[in-house]
Amino acid sequence: MMAASVAVQMAREARFASVASEASLLYVRSGPTLTRLALSFDDLLADVYWIRAIQHYGSTKRADAGEKSYALLYPLLDLTTTLDPRFNIAYRFGAIFLAEAYPDGPGQPEQSIALLEKGVAAMPDRWQYVLDIGFVHYWWRQDYGAAAEWFERASQVEGAPQWLGPLAATTFAQGGQRAGSRLLWQQLLETSDNEWLQNEAARQLLQLDAMDGLDQLRPAITAYRERTGQWPGDWGDLVGAGLLPGVPVDPTGTAYRLRPGTGEVDVGADSVLHPLPTEPNRLFGTAS
Amino acid sequence: MSLAGLTIGRGRESLRVIGHVAVHVFKESVRDRVLYNLVVFAVLLIGASYVIGQLTAGQDVKIIKDLGLAATSAFGLFIAVFLGIGLVSKEVDRRSIYSLLAKPLTRGEFILGKYAGLVLTLAVNLAVMAVAQYAVLGYMAWTESPEFRASWEAPATDPALLKALFLIFVQLSLITAVALFFSTFSSPLLSAALTVGLYVVGHFNADLRNFEAVVDSPIVGGLARSLYYVLPNLAPFDVKNAVVHAQPVPLGYLGLTTLYGATYVAVFVLASIFVFSRRDFK
Repeated sequence: MMAASVAVQMAREARFASVASEASLLYVRSGPTLTRLALSFDDLLADVYWIRAIQHYGSTKRADAGEKSYALLYPLLDLTTTLDPRFNIAYRFGAIFLAEAYPDGPGQPEQSIALLEKGVAAMPDRWQYVLDIGFVHYWWRQDYGAAAEWFERASQVEGAPQWLGPLAATTFAQGGQRAGSRLLWQQLLETSDNEWLQNEAARQLLQLDAMDGLDQLRPAITAYRERTGQWPGDWGDLVGAGLLPGVPVDPTGTAYRLRPGTGEVDVGADSVLHPLPTEPNRLFGTAS
Repeated sequence: MSLAGLTIGRGRESLRVIGHVAVHVFKESVRDRVLYNLVVFAVLLIGASYVIGQLTAGQDVKIIKDLGLAATSAFGLFIAVFLGIGLVSKEVDRRSIYSLLAKPLTRGEFILGKYAGLVLTLAVNLAVMAVAQYAVLGYMAWTESPEFRASWEAPATDPALLKALFLIFVQLSLITAVALFFSTFSSPLLSAALTVGLYVVGHFNADLRNFEAVVDSPIVGGLARSLYYVLPNLAPFDVKNAVVHAQPVPLGYLGLTTLYGATYVAVFVLASIFVFSRRDFK
């Protein structure tokens, strides 16, 4: 009979496809209310909301077409961290998710900072959250003064590593320079306590390497233009002109992309490094 | 024989009788297939540990700990409530109470034996669930790299988990006493509703303390404050979050919270004996 019920269900769904919900819902948005309703099961409920937050972020990011809406991301993370105020990774991952620029994320650095500040209020001894706030100011808001102040605050938290002091000074002096970004990601890679964060830092460092690679390619493209009076159509033109030894590849081994007739170069759309972040000092100039 | 000797002799005899009733309750719970919940618990935990690793971005150990402790608490609550409410009423419904009371045991010994039997059932359940949880966590620790293990807030097989499990046991012992108390004078359905109600109120108890700040009437405020002290506050028994996040739970805290629970257990068990002793089964 069980097999029969399964078979009937499959037949029914094949004939009358279930209508997918138009939008994900959050029935309860108040963290304190949810904490009361959870009785003593708030930690388990926090895990459920954390899984929902990951799924919401991941499925929206991977969605192929249409407007991407990350509207539930912050409420889900807020509920997670209210139910379990010590949920370390919800603050750190959540901040990265929220700050990521659209379409890879909602592009909400303010919400990212708000989440981290909530973490600092819950655990003032976590210098990592203070560092992360500085990082969001640095990388996503290009506010190097605020970034340096937060790095300075992080360095004053008991137990913070010694490199935070020099980092604050470097940021004050060279905010927006690629060298400063590299230093920041390198420190995050070496000090992160989570494999996912380490992988993300490693990927960002590779993106910086790719940007260095693009900077090395641009003179060759300009030289081709000066020599022939037109932009190259593909890498073969540059190789044929003897300006490059072969098709250039990014640090992951994927060929760089050259837009025909414009001279613009970027990482390939199929590269794991795509899209490259907008470099702070390219937007606002050097902030030294 | 001296009076003291007689008292000690009677005390030993009482303990023997209580033990006999307790073992009988435990055997009956085994016959009622109560221990089957352990299989569900183990399957839930092992299945979840396999699936959760794919979903949680490296938080599988934390979530398995949360899930294990929450499931232990929930399964224990079901056992405490649904067996506790039938401890006395079942004997009355089956009319076996008459033959029991004809035997050489007092009503107090009967109640104490019933209570001890259910607490023994809970203890065995919790012990097996703890072993299953440690086994799953141990396996996860064994399969992960040392670098990944170093990122955990607390070791997978952290002995501190026992502190949370112990306080869950104390809380469930208290709930069992509450269910037993209600079962001495009301129907199983009403007993279940009252026990679950008290469990829920026990988690809102802290709000009663601050009731004066939100109501104008000093009488209502005073009443709420009185209720805060009279009703058992179950929040202190919940140290799951602290243990999972490697926060210290001092032995002094465990001791005082256990004492707090024990006083309520004593109150409800004595009240059960008092009510049951006055019931007329003719």
